[in-house]
Amino acid sequence: MAQEVIVPSSDGAAAIDATKAKLVGKRKLINLPQWAVAWIVLIPALFFIIWFMLFPIVNTTLFAFIGDFYYDKGGSFALAQFVVATTKNSQQSSFGFNNFVEVLQNKVFLHSIRNTAELVIIEVPLTIIVSLLLATFLNSIKVLKGFYQTIFFLPYVTNTIALGLVFNIAFSRGSGGLVNILLSAFGVDPINWLSDALVGGVGKATRAHQAVVIVTYSLWNGLAFKILVFMSGLATIDKQYYDAAKIDGSSSFTIWRRITLPLLSPQILYITITSFIGSFKMYTGVMAVYQGQSSSTGYYFGPTTNPGLTDGDEWIPVVGWIYRYLYLYPTEPGIPSAGSLVLLAIIMMITVVQFAVSKKRVHY
Amino acid sequence: MAEHAMYFTDERAQRNYKIRVGILKGLVYVFLSIFALFMVIPFVIMVVGSFIEAKAFEGFADTAKISYLGFSNWSFSNYQFIFSNGSSSFPTYFLNTLIVAVASTTVTVVTAVLAAFAFARLNFKGRDALFALLLATMMIPGEMMVITNYQTVKAINWTNTFAALILVHGVSVFYIFYLRQTFQQIPNELYLAAKVDGVGDLGYLVKVMIPIAMPTITTIIILSMMGAWNSYIWPNLVARGGWKYFPKHSMKLVSNGLRDMFSLTIANQPIPDTYKIAGSMVISIPLLIVFILFRKYIMRGVSRSGIKG
Repeated sequence: MAQEVIVPSSDGAAAIDATKAKLVGKRKLINLPQWAVAWIVLIPALFFIIWFMLFPIVNTTLFAFIGDFYYDKGGSFALAQFVVATTKNSQQSSFGFNNFVEVLQNKVFLHSIRNTAELVIIEVPLTIIVSLLLATFLNSIKVLKGFYQTIFFLPYVTNTIALGLVFNIAFSRGSGGLVNILLSAFGVDPINWLSDALVGGVGKATRAHQAVVIVTYSLWNGLAFKILVFMSGLATIDKQYYDAAKIDGSSSFTIWRRITLPLLSPQILYITITSFIGSFKMYTGVMAVYQGQSSSTGYYFGPTTNPGLTDGDEWIPVVGWIYRYLYLYPTEPGIPSAGSLVLLAIIMMITVVQFAVSKKRVHY
Repeated sequence: MAEHAMYFTDERAQRNYKIRVGILKGLVYVFLSIFALFMVIPFVIMVVGSFIEAKAFEGFADTAKISYLGFSNWSFSNYQFIFSNGSSSFPTYFLNTLIVAVASTTVTVVTAVLAAFAFARLNFKGRDALFALLLATMMIPGEMMVITNYQTVKAINWTNTFAALILVHGVSVFYIFYLRQTFQQIPNELYLAAKVDGVGDLGYLVKVMIPIAMPTITTIIILSMMGAWNSYIWPNLVARGGWKYFPKHSMKLVSNGLRDMFSLTIANQPIPDTYKIAGSMVISIPLLIVFILFRKYIMRGVSRSGIKG
């Protein structure tokens, strides 16, 4: 048996020849070098990326630095239009920081930064702490774990506008206002949470009232993703650490403080950075929660009759200010562009600071 | 905890320990349940409110304490309103959203698969530099792109067209990044084996890589569809009116349609809250069904991205 040598039968040899022939035939069709194939398959993606992402970034930056310029025919090629206008001397415009000066002197813009910053400072730490606790607790139980996990994830798969609307109604003065109904059961007088007009005999909502609504909403909206990330982080922690600590007789809290937190620090850093950025860019949720309730926030991006650009009292986020300006003054994209660059600068600053602070505290 | 019982020699200490653990467990469940309730209440308001007759929601919160409990007031009139409001109504918004979701998802998936293939499998000069450039764009706030894109759409007269809604979202750097990671996990041997068999680069992509990466592609499809369903900012800027080629057809998507219900009036009165709640319900149900069917894919994709829409 062992001496038998396997010789390909004549049929097999023919098959190999046929394959070779086929192979050579095919090779002629696919003879392109790899780099050429690569660039060909990249064309569709690059087409969209260049047109709708890279070019806009450059163009918007240029918008921001070209001051006092009016794009009466739309400003899709800021630099070209600027050069043409300056050479023809048809417009008095300048290249520099004029737009930034104007943005940083705009009361509503500064107000929107203050609004957003206040929200971020309250909401981000609160949401992170609550989600960290919930994730830890979820990880420690076996019964009903999947049930709770699904419920906590639910807010993530909802429509922002739809659920913002529900929050709006829940906090409203109307008879659908569950919050006021519950409060009245405890003998608390009804509160005007959202509206800055007199509703049902109750006066203007204060900033604190509005902040309660927004923070409640963002807590509800923000927990799902953070819990998911923390849970996946907890799942990767080696059980041996816990066993060792238990044998040493450490209490549950010590275990959490000395083992869970340090080993979860990469996820905590990731969540902290993304939450700060996400909350600073908060927009749709705020617009949804306020709806038409606030007379000065209006319903598109702001009222169309009174631009509200001098009103300092309303709760508008930075991004809301940018879009409203863009929508109301389409010939002046320079101002919102400068605003978006200021936002970018703030976001980058926060990120850099967080990385610097975390260097010593995060264990990879 | 039973396996730790052996560490206790004293029986009373053991019992005390067990009681402490029991109380702790109980507190954990109480805490979880409180937050679970907090998560669910808005959904309860939505479901119950959508079936309550508009009349029951008249007046103010302190005068009508039983607005949510009046079972005798249940009706379908809110839904009747949602589905019977002429050309500017939810069936139109649904159709628009479906068109945009399917088309933009198709374009996004095709561009992402091809680009991820190039970045994961093919060697070419400048590959890493180009990929780093794409990743860098993920850190730029979307507003910067929206500002110029809005100007572009106005300049080429794309306002109120499907092209404006679809093509701007024709590519997603995150999906390219996500797919590239999946593609890179496919062993090199398969590629070499395919080469020996005379399968070209594109043949390998279609016959080997795409089938293996199908779970990731499914995740991308679902997340991208959900993104279109939830998109609000961009449609609000470029598609507020009637379709450019047929002005009677409203171009609004579901989110914008719902948002605009807030300014709607009937006989100079703002529309009842129950109508708005029914509208929320109608656009939330498809999402919840998708979530129930594809929970696994959604949760996996989300834990990697953190982008909503």
